[in-house]
Amino acid sequence: MNNSVEYEPIIGLEIHVRLHTRSKAFSGAPSEFGGRPNDYIDPYSIGVPGTLPIPNRLALEYVLRLGLACGCAIARMGEFARKHYFYPDLPKGYQITQSDAPLCEGGRLDFLFCGEKRSVGLLRIHLEEDAGKMLHDPVRNVSLLDFNRAGTPLAEIVTQPDLRSAKEAAECLSAVQKLVRFLRISDGNMEEGSLRCDANVSIRRKGETLFCERTELKNINSCKQMERAIESEIGRQIDLVNRGETVTKETRRWDAEHERSFPSRKKEAETEYAYLPDPDLPPFAIDPMWVQSIAAALPETPMQRRERYMKRMGLSAYDANLLSTDPELGAFFEATLVSAGIPEKGEASAEEDRRRAKLCANWLTTELLGALGQQNRPVAWSPVSAESLGELVRYIADGRINGKQGKEVFAHMYESRQTPTEIIERLGLCQITDTAELATVCRRVLAEPTIEKQIQKYKTNPKLLGFFVGHALSETQGKANPERLSAVMQQLLDEKTR
Amino acid sequence: MDEPENEPASELASEPEDEPIDTEPLTDPSVPYGTPPEQLNRPPEPARPPFSSVADLVAKVRSREMSAVEVTNLYLTRLQYYEVRLGAVVRITREQALAAAEAVDEKIRQGADEELFLAGVPVVVKDNLCTADCPTTAASKILEHFEPGYDATAVERLRRAGAIVIAKASLDEFGMGSSGGFSTLGSCRNPWRLSDMAGGSSGGSAAAVAASLCMLSLGTDTGGSVRQPASFCGLVGLRPTYGLVSRFGVIAHACSMDQVGPMGRYVEDVARAMQVLGGYDPRDPTSLAVEQPDYLAACEKPLVLDDKPVRIGLPKEAHEAISDPLLRDVFETAISRFADNGATTQWLSMPMAKHGLAAYHLIAAVEAASNLARYDGVRYGRRASLAEPTSDEEVLSALYKRSRQEGFGPEVRRRIILGAYLRRFGHKEDLFGRACQVRTLIAREFAQAFEQCDVLLLPTVPIIGFAVEDTPNVPLELYQTDVFTVGASLAGLPALTFMAGAVRTTTTTPTSPVGMQLIAPRLQETLVLRVAAVYQRLTTFHKLEPKDYLDSEEDPFGV
Repeated sequence: MNNSVEYEPIIGLEIHVRLHTRSKAFSGAPSEFGGRPNDYIDPYSIGVPGTLPIPNRLALEYVLRLGLACGCAIARMGEFARKHYFYPDLPKGYQITQSDAPLCEGGRLDFLFCGEKRSVGLLRIHLEEDAGKMLHDPVRNVSLLDFNRAGTPLAEIVTQPDLRSAKEAAECLSAVQKLVRFLRISDGNMEEGSLRCDANVSIRRKGETLFCERTELKNINSCKQMERAIESEIGRQIDLVNRGETVTKETRRWDAEHERSFPSRKKEAETEYAYLPDPDLPPFAIDPMWVQSIAAALPETPMQRRERYMKRMGLSAYDANLLSTDPELGAFFEATLVSAGIPEKGEASAEEDRRRAKLCANWLTTELLGALGQQNRPVAWSPVSAESLGELVRYIADGRINGKQGKEVFAHMYESRQTPTEIIERLGLCQITDTAELATVCRRVLAEPTIEKQIQKYKTNPKLLGFFVGHALSETQGKANPERLSAVMQQLLDEKTR
Repeated sequence: MDEPENEPASELASEPEDEPIDTEPLTDPSVPYGTPPEQLNRPPEPARPPFSSVADLVAKVRSREMSAVEVTNLYLTRLQYYEVRLGAVVRITREQALAAAEAVDEKIRQGADEELFLAGVPVVVKDNLCTADCPTTAASKILEHFEPGYDATAVERLRRAGAIVIAKASLDEFGMGSSGGFSTLGSCRNPWRLSDMAGGSSGGSAAAVAASLCMLSLGTDTGGSVRQPASFCGLVGLRPTYGLVSRFGVIAHACSMDQVGPMGRYVEDVARAMQVLGGYDPRDPTSLAVEQPDYLAACEKPLVLDDKPVRIGLPKEAHEAISDPLLRDVFETAISRFADNGATTQWLSMPMAKHGLAAYHLIAAVEAASNLARYDGVRYGRRASLAEPTSDEEVLSALYKRSRQEGFGPEVRRRIILGAYLRRFGHKEDLFGRACQVRTLIAREFAQAFEQCDVLLLPTVPIIGFAVEDTPNVPLELYQTDVFTVGASLAGLPALTFMAGAVRTTTTTPTSPVGMQLIAPRLQETLVLRVAAVYQRLTTFHKLEPKDYLDSEEDPFGV
């Protein structure tokens, strides 16, 4: 495949996100999963004459939330359009969508690719209603219609053709999944159909700027399949071009079982949808105050959170990635930070705060996740609450107990679900940090006759400090704060050996 | 008040004698539609109802002088007797009506009748308004036995006020037509002249009220479909401001112009209906959230607004378009009546109005093609049976094509094709877009006119009527009858037609009512009701009765 070096793939994605509202986009029928066919319909869902669409405010809000999280420009006037085609699963013979005036335009989608930040431009995000489902029963030779899904609200995201590899596209799709979960507007579940994605793929010679004819890939059911489908399509197009043929604009259906795509029988590219501004839904003004309130209530996006963890708290890329992409872990971590005494979403500019944040991260990702992982439990099940963990970190950061003691306390916390304070009191573990007290201990140690020789050796070998510190530590039964003890011991030794 | 010269004095002198009210059903309801009168078992003609107005009927029922059941039986009798020769209804809902009447009587007995503003009033509802207790067909084969299972808001509100729905009126299929002749279930005749059409598309609703088969009816007005038949049948017909009456439950024709409108003989009757019908409905996204004024009180008021005489504007081009001297006579007399009784009149030029017809038909066709896309026989309605096609695609294609070809009548198919063509190949900006721009200009022209006057007065239709044989086969000619009504539809303004006079084309033909139209600014229904009520105080045309549909052939003028 030497020839593939000359070509670069151009990929854009069209993603449909099913919004997790209680009722449908334009009627009050429940918008739910599961259930028997046609359990969740009302007259509007099957297009009974005389019924009228009433826009679902929460669905609008969810689309705005998504658009604001991506930095899109929000429209001032909302409009709806009818997109007409005939198919049995489309109850009214048209779909209510947005055509000339989408709710959100522009914006960017940020995600991690090979550990680095990538940014894909967005063309638009708009609200529309979904169609029903048609299933074929080959035994009885009939087609069956289920309208549970008809009318449920979808956010359609159209990206710019900024993606340059199949892997990148799969990562981008995965990022959208995480984003909608984080924003709590959808569960982003591709297997259940909460998230559907089509890919537009074309190729061009490296170095050129014009785009060539593209094909549309449909029926992709997971991020992995997305990657395979696009790889396959890129390969197919390169083969075509190498043979001297041209790529035709078509829609192709991906077959996951055979890992091949086939031209779609439906002549969708030729359909003229005859968009019409919906006369039932006159244009409406979108209150800027409402938009502002949605923006203010916006949870941090995973990427924004990652930035904050890395830049302001100095977490490692690994920790930052882990804690920013899992919403539950992220929430647990934030609560731990608060409990450990770090201002919420704060600047964390002080060195001390950064130290504490790192401690929190370590204790969470190493100790807690380790313990939970052994029992194969999720963080929601943790017997150690975020508040307790934060308290523990506070003890360690203040120096009242040391790391080794911390582990002991943690083990007890995990077993008994008690707070650190209770356990530390019970075990009498408080660390000695008072300099005067430590000095007393050190002098006692240094006064011992057996140590005299070592003191003399210290003059030439300062590394023996550890020996003295170790002694002092065992004198205090491990309760002394190691750093302080070490500092005090060093000071005393230096005095003695002057 | 002086009686106008051409009023037949004998007409008013002949009051009906007191007769016992016959409550037995006269003809078998299962007699097939279209059976000529000679073949029916001919009992004596039913008496005319003894009510002078809706107010009179309601008072009698609420005071228990008559029961709602008695009243309902009275009208059901009349309905069954005459509807065959009129073709005004597609379905008589006998059991449902009697049950509803029982319920109203029960409420009155228990003293729980405060809400029953229309207690016992028989109404006929156009068959494109959904009713829960009987099928709703829009006069189309494709919805032949369709049961929506719910009431349209307008119907629900009437029922809640105690009105009794006794039948579903015939109409032009899906509301598309101006003659009453495009129903797949037969044409509707004008009770004033059986050889003429009642008009459309709410022909059945108008004919039923005119022949006293009910006291009020509901129609729908898209381009004039309430006003035109009301005019042909000598009634008061109101098209409310767009959004004032809920469209929930109306089988859509053109959403941006459809409105439910009441028809009745007297202005007060229509005002009563509006009081019940108007107001916000959360199930209609275009419904206006406005306070309802007192429509009934408006009917008492004189032709004075803010201590100044009501200014009546006369669109020059509309009046000049009338060529028939009989019609001109009626209109000029009507105008001078207003002028002599406190109003000022002035001529206005409204040159944009003539483009309304083209704009209306383009916009209505595009919206109708969209609204009728759902009728494919898949989920409800009539589905074509299929012979053996070869592949899946062909099955689907055949299903859609055959169901729709068989289910829709010729006028409906014509408009769908026109609408689809305009959307797909007319490159919206060229034709549909321009039609929308013309619409804006027409609305602006009205707004400018209303700076100089309070209300506009113009003819409702440019002709006296059209005979069944003469009903234009060329659709464009038929569309011309809408020329005065489409303006208010495009601009969403309230418009009312009332009986301005009556004419006879020869000494032997029966009387023909002549209607005139009042148009007011948005939400000024009270103004058009007021002006029309004044006219009904000044004249007695509205007390004339059609005679042609009766067994006996009295000369209506008798002088």
